[in-house]
Amino acid sequence: MAQVTFKLWRGEGNNGSFKEYTTEVSEGMVVLDAVHDIQIEQASDLGVRWNCKAGKCGSCSAEINGMPKLMCMTRLSSLDLEKPVTVEPMKAFPLVKDLVTDVGWNYEAKMAVKPFKPRKPDASDGTWRMQQEDVERAQEFRKCIECFLCQDVCHVLRDHHEHDKYIGPAMLVKAAAFEMHPLDVENRIPDLKNEHGIGFCNITKCCTKVCPEHITITDNAIIPLKESVVDEFYDPLTKLFRIFKSKK
Amino acid sequence: MSDRCTTHEYDVLIIGAGGAGLRAAIEAASMGDSVGVVCKSLLGKAHTVMAEGGMAASMGNVDDRDNWKVHFADTMRGGQYLNNCKMAEHHAKEAASCVHELESWGALFDRTKEGKILQRNFGGHKYPRLAHVGDRTGLEMIRTLQDHGIHHGIDFHMEVTVTNLLIDGNKVVGAFAYEREKGRFLLFKAKAIVIATGGYGRAFKITSNSWEYTGDGQTLAYDAGADLLDMEFVQFHPTGMVWPPSVRGILVTEGVRGEGGILTNSEGKRFMFEDVPPLYRSSTADNEEEGWRYVTGDKEANRPPELLTRDHVARKIVKEVKAGRGSEHGGAYLDIAWIEEKIKDSETHIKKKLPSMYHQFKELAGVDITKEKMEVGPTTHYAMGGIRVDSETQMTTVEGLFACGECAAGLHGANRLGGNSLSDLLVFGKRAGAHAAKFAAAIDTFSAIDSKEVDTLVTQALAPVDRTEGENPYKIQQDLQETMQDLAGISRSEAGLNEAIEHIHAYAKRAENAHAPGNREYNPGWHTALDLHNLLTVSEAMCLSAEQRTESRGGHFREEYPEKSKEGSTYNTVVRKAQDGSMEVERVPVVPQTDEMKQIIEANE
Ligand SMILES: Cc1cc2nc3c(=O)[nH]c(=O)nc-3n(C[C@H](O)[C@H](O)[C@H](O)COP(=O)(O)OP(=O)(O)OC[C@H]3O[C@@H](n4cnc5c(N)ncnc54)[C@H](O)[C@@H]3O)c2cc1C
Ligand code: SF4
Ligand code: SF4
Ligand code: FES
Repeated sequence: MAQVTFKLWRGEGNNGSFKEYTTEVSEGMVVLDAVHDIQIEQASDLGVRWNCKAGKCGSCSAEINGMPKLMCMTRLSSLDLEKPVTVEPMKAFPLVKDLVTDVGWNYEAKMAVKPFKPRKPDASDGTWRMQQEDVERAQEFRKCIECFLCQDVCHVLRDHHEHDKYIGPAMLVKAAAFEMHPLDVENRIPDLKNEHGIGFCNITKCCTKVCPEHITITDNAIIPLKESVVDEFYDPLTKLFRIFKSKK
Repeated sequence: MSDRCTTHEYDVLIIGAGGAGLRAAIEAASMGDSVGVVCKSLLGKAHTVMAEGGMAASMGNVDDRDNWKVHFADTMRGGQYLNNCKMAEHHAKEAASCVHELESWGALFDRTKEGKILQRNFGGHKYPRLAHVGDRTGLEMIRTLQDHGIHHGIDFHMEVTVTNLLIDGNKVVGAFAYEREKGRFLLFKAKAIVIATGGYGRAFKITSNSWEYTGDGQTLAYDAGADLLDMEFVQFHPTGMVWPPSVRGILVTEGVRGEGGILTNSEGKRFMFEDVPPLYRSSTADNEEEGWRYVTGDKEANRPPELLTRDHVARKIVKEVKAGRGSEHGGAYLDIAWIEEKIKDSETHIKKKLPSMYHQFKELAGVDITKEKMEVGPTTHYAMGGIRVDSETQMTTVEGLFACGECAAGLHGANRLGGNSLSDLLVFGKRAGAHAAKFAAAIDTFSAIDSKEVDTLVTQALAPVDRTEGENPYKIQQDLQETMQDLAGISRSEAGLNEAIEHIHAYAKRAENAHAPGNREYNPGWHTALDLHNLLTVSEAMCLSAEQRTESRGGHFREEYPEKSKEGSTYNTVVRKAQDGSMEVERVPVVPQTDEMKQIIEANE
């Protein structure tokens, strides 16, 4: 048992500041446990989101000592407890209160991505056959828990506030999940270029580094999508080829 | 209407956005009704997202001897025959098409060699039956429904909590809700309402359930005059994490045992081979070798005893701990690393089959499950009991009020089989949505709502923040959780239950004086204060139901009556609000099986 000091962001909208709380910590605790203890003992109105406490729902995203992380998966033993631990809300979205941000924009951005559209069933029983190797590619992207930590670190959103023009890495992962789905026949490539702003991404890979699901966002999702955009729009040979060969 | 809240009108209002609520919403919307969905958290964060192991459907892709009849018989046996047999029949018959429907909406399940949906073994299921995606099946399900549902013109109200239903006579006409972000109030006028709010595991201290699981739906229905059913049956999952303390209760999927994981005690003994219940003796492996053959797909072999039903496995672990043979921190050892004796490159295999378990133990407990044993013990997991519904329409005993998913009761009887919940959500979510839409279509206009009543609700809801002093609501919640854990948990007695009920009444008094400091915006203390009434109501219903069931069966264990009784198999327990406002308990006969059902059960002993 030890006493540890936490600096938590408190406030609403544009007004806020760090407030210090000291609480007792024990073996195995994660940041979310400490935040809950503070909530129960000292600040019952402290705003914080959580659900699963096991890294599965993507609710508890925050910046811990400046690093975008899930509070429920960050063990205190991984932090320097000699100094106060700072916990603050994500920066790419408007603050609601304390550690809670308004992530509603992400839900709108997702709406803009064309939904899944399957090809006709090919098996006689009205279903499909797919091989494990073929589903695995898209399964990687389907691990996304919508924590929006990648959106939080992407400079296009965080620093340049291009929310109107760019859907961000999380939604590109979504688009990749559909595009690489073995059954999907929709074409999202023109939208990716014209509506979703894939060109804004300059492959800094910051998003990949913070993904708690270890999705290789840049290499496996964004770069192949960018290549498809290039193929479709800038490569005359492919274009010609396309006339003879229907998609997928 | 009251100017203290905003009003919305929907043909069908769905309370809850887990698998059940979303499936119901899609069905109702595709029938042309206007649909609104409210949920306490953000979209996609409901409990369903946490489900790991899979969803049960007798597609027979891995073992072609499987069919709906075997699934039906397994479900009934698992539920110790207290299930509503008609619901069990619908479920077994419709689950497979619901899984295929989910696939057609984009769900990407793991595959067999032939390219079909792969199915895995799970406790109490005779054949490999669970469609799955590694150990994150719930995520696949909720995301598929969410991504499909958002394009159906459904209105979603996120971080909104319904606190009261509005009733006219015996008919539901609307719902009153509280919006967390600004602390404002919403009034929903609706022609039909579907409750899909999940369970009440938060009544206990050690639980796999999140803050949302405070029995809201059950209490909303109860307060509206509906019947609750089988509230004594709570599932204590045998394998929750036990160490470190801060992760106590977090679930370890049964999939670990389905993939060959074994349970051992401090002496290294595989204790599950002892005390196999008579109902399962003929279908359980005689030795370790046979158990392994089963796990690896040998059709001649019987299942290892680790895959017996959850109630049994949980009690066996408790017995070992009580006998002084528990693991270091008071549980049992769960070992999947041992399969290295059997398969080469077991490390990759385990990581592939159980990725989130690998991750969870590595990150939260510092344990590498491909090399080390896990420590596990029982955790409150699932509510078999809940709102009583009609087996055809999912309508409650209140007109226009429907329920589906974990908050509804009937399908699982005294004990739920793993994997039968996710399929339950789809089968009965779809049915509830369809019948609610039909019900709404027959109604012309929205009923008038008394604005005075709404005003009273606003005042009531504001009380915890308006009060200038009072008790911390978290403390009351914690005291209740201690009480339920100690006195109404995995092992119960008459004296203990009576004591629990006394405590509950005292907590209810304290709750009347709960105070949440701070303002109305996003105030979790306030939310906790509002949830207390629900937690207390379901806790009392659990205790009263448990008290009158003087036998042990499924999830319910009574110290004085450790065996099943003959009488116990003949009735279900109903709880409802009496005229004077007190809680009354009644026994109703179990839904009788048809001759065909009896034959099916016999043929699949
Ligand atoms: C860790 C874990 C693993 C599991 N694994 C499996 C498995 O492998 N297979 C299986 O079959 N089952 C499994 N289960 C069980 C299964 O996941 C749940 O029973 C199921 O997901 C419940 O779904 P639901 O739609 O009924 O409710 P939920 O998904 O819990 O959704 C409830 C919804 O209701 C909302 N709500 C609640 N109260 C209110 C209110 N007052 N006002 C407004 N909205 C409200 C919530 O916000 C939420 O949106 C598991 C459960 C857990 C906890
Ligand atoms: S790689 Fe692209 S999406 Fe990812 S952080 Fe950098 S700019 Fe943003
Ligand atoms: S891609 Fe990764 S970081 Fe981004 S939202 Fe999904 S899980 Fe979170
Ligand atoms: S609480 Fe679910 S990811 Fe942290």
